[in-house]
Amino acid sequence: MEQYIIIGNGVATVGCIEGIRSVDKESPITVISGENHKVYGRPLISYYLEGRTDLEKMKYRPDDFYDKNGVTLLLGKKAVSVSPSEHSAGKTSEAGCAAIGGTPQGSTSATAGTVTLGDGTELPYTKLCVATGSSPFVPPFENLESVKEKYTFMTLDDSLALEKALFPEAKVLIVGAGLIGLKCAEGIIDRVASVTICDLADRVLSSILDTECAALMQRHLEKNGMNFLLGDSVSRFETNKAFMKSGKEVDFDVLVLAVGVRANIGLVKDAGGETDRGIVVDDDMSTSLPEIYAAGDCAQGPDLSIGARRVLAILPNAYMQGHTAGVNMAGGDASLKNAIPMNSIGFFGLHAMTAGSYEGELYEEKTEDSIKRLFTKDDVLKGYILIGRNERAGIYTSMIREKTPLSSVNFDILKKAATTVGFDAAARKKKFASRV
Amino acid sequence: MKRVYVNEEWCLGCHLCEFNCAYANSGLSDMVLALKGKPIYPRIHVEEGDKITYAVSCRHCEDPICVKSCIAGAITKEDGVVRIDSNKCVDCYTCILVCPYGALAPGESGAMQKCELCLENSCGAPACAAGCPNNAIVYEDRGPKSAAPDDEASPACF
Repeated sequence: MEQYIIIGNGVATVGCIEGIRSVDKESPITVISGENHKVYGRPLISYYLEGRTDLEKMKYRPDDFYDKNGVTLLLGKKAVSVSPSEHSAGKTSEAGCAAIGGTPQGSTSATAGTVTLGDGTELPYTKLCVATGSSPFVPPFENLESVKEKYTFMTLDDSLALEKALFPEAKVLIVGAGLIGLKCAEGIIDRVASVTICDLADRVLSSILDTECAALMQRHLEKNGMNFLLGDSVSRFETNKAFMKSGKEVDFDVLVLAVGVRANIGLVKDAGGETDRGIVVDDDMSTSLPEIYAAGDCAQGPDLSIGARRVLAILPNAYMQGHTAGVNMAGGDASLKNAIPMNSIGFFGLHAMTAGSYEGELYEEKTEDSIKRLFTKDDVLKGYILIGRNERAGIYTSMIREKTPLSSVNFDILKKAATTVGFDAAARKKKFASRV
Repeated sequence: MKRVYVNEEWCLGCHLCEFNCAYANSGLSDMVLALKGKPIYPRIHVEEGDKITYAVSCRHCEDPICVKSCIAGAITKEDGVVRIDSNKCVDCYTCILVCPYGALAPGESGAMQKCELCLENSCGAPACAAGCPNNAIVYEDRGPKSAAPDDEASPACF
């Protein structure tokens, strides 16, 4: 028997639980959750404010998920430290594993370390997964402490707290025109008088869109009532007023800080594990510490699109990393080799999809309200940006993830429309006449 | 486990599968009332290329990436069938972003919809296959993925 512990209770944790249970149906799992909620779809917190979902529908898994999977859920508990046992100071070598020959059924594996909670409780583990996510990064703005109504936008509790602060006459200032800031803006815009969004970057969604694509999206957002101050930042606050670097002044009733996030790497870093921007993990999600895995927004794992390790803070990746970690924790064999950055984000009915990296030769189609950009290099599709027209985009995404040779498909057909008729007869037969 | 498979060599491109699908999922008992003069939202689509046509619907993958990617937990797989709970769907289109077959699309309400093998409607088995005049769509068991036939040892359809 193993004693699994997972720190964090987001989507990576669900993936980890389901990964463990695909191999090991018996051993107990303990989940330590800082939040006081069962798992919910974290990106839904803006849809909640918009009224497009509710607390019941936001549940990412049914209420009996934990019981059914033999999980002890510790809600509202903070893990403050991880202490690997001294005798397991290095990663178990493969030779070592072979010599032990696996754990005899029914016996208990040796404890590999303990997790200490805020109340002093020590929980022993044989396998640990750190899935602590990320936290909002709040830059040291001058006199931020003078602002009373200030919020971050990361958790359900953040969303519920922000909701209480909203009123129909409210003027809202959001610092950050990235995915979090803009989804927040969309979520609240019908509940307040005005929403102004500022960002140091000169365009919206600067992490995923280039200048022209961002301009198209910005026009759409402005048509739907958002106000922007781009290429500008707050130099200081004075209670309900922001003084911008440009000299402009913005009055507000409610401030939302959505500048960015930082991976929660502290537990592994303090325990001596390798960290960078995230907790560094191999393709199997193992960290540099024995019997400790990491998954989700806190992990710096493989990114096929750049051939290096990077924090890919997106929900599908969190699940897949968690699942990979879980399978390996339970003694199975899984690795995540084709993770890429990919996003689908919509505002007021206009959807932007992006994937991979924007390098190589460009194929482009544009209309007044849509842009399609495909990037090809070395006989593969490297990435894309699709705004407005993005039906069946997953066909492109799979070509990036699978590095489908363009010489093996009819790219003249495929570049115009995401369709499977661009694949050859054998590939079509495999897709539609065989089990996949 | 039975799945929908297609034989593109036998497909006439008649689009009857699209109408049968939309009718089966309309909840109405009169096909004319369900389909005539209205935009239809079938969960199967005929792909048309140069001299080839065939119908594409959800493959109910063994390892479905849509289930892993849905931000709302609205897509689940139980007993081999991938289903979507349209009440939970928030139209984020992440499933469209990831499905390698392009098998999901918004329905009339805006929420995503996909083939659920007609197990939830009054048909009880895929209406597309039942109504295909040329057996270009079949509903049968071709075994698990690992044992999937490759080019040579393919089933009778090929």
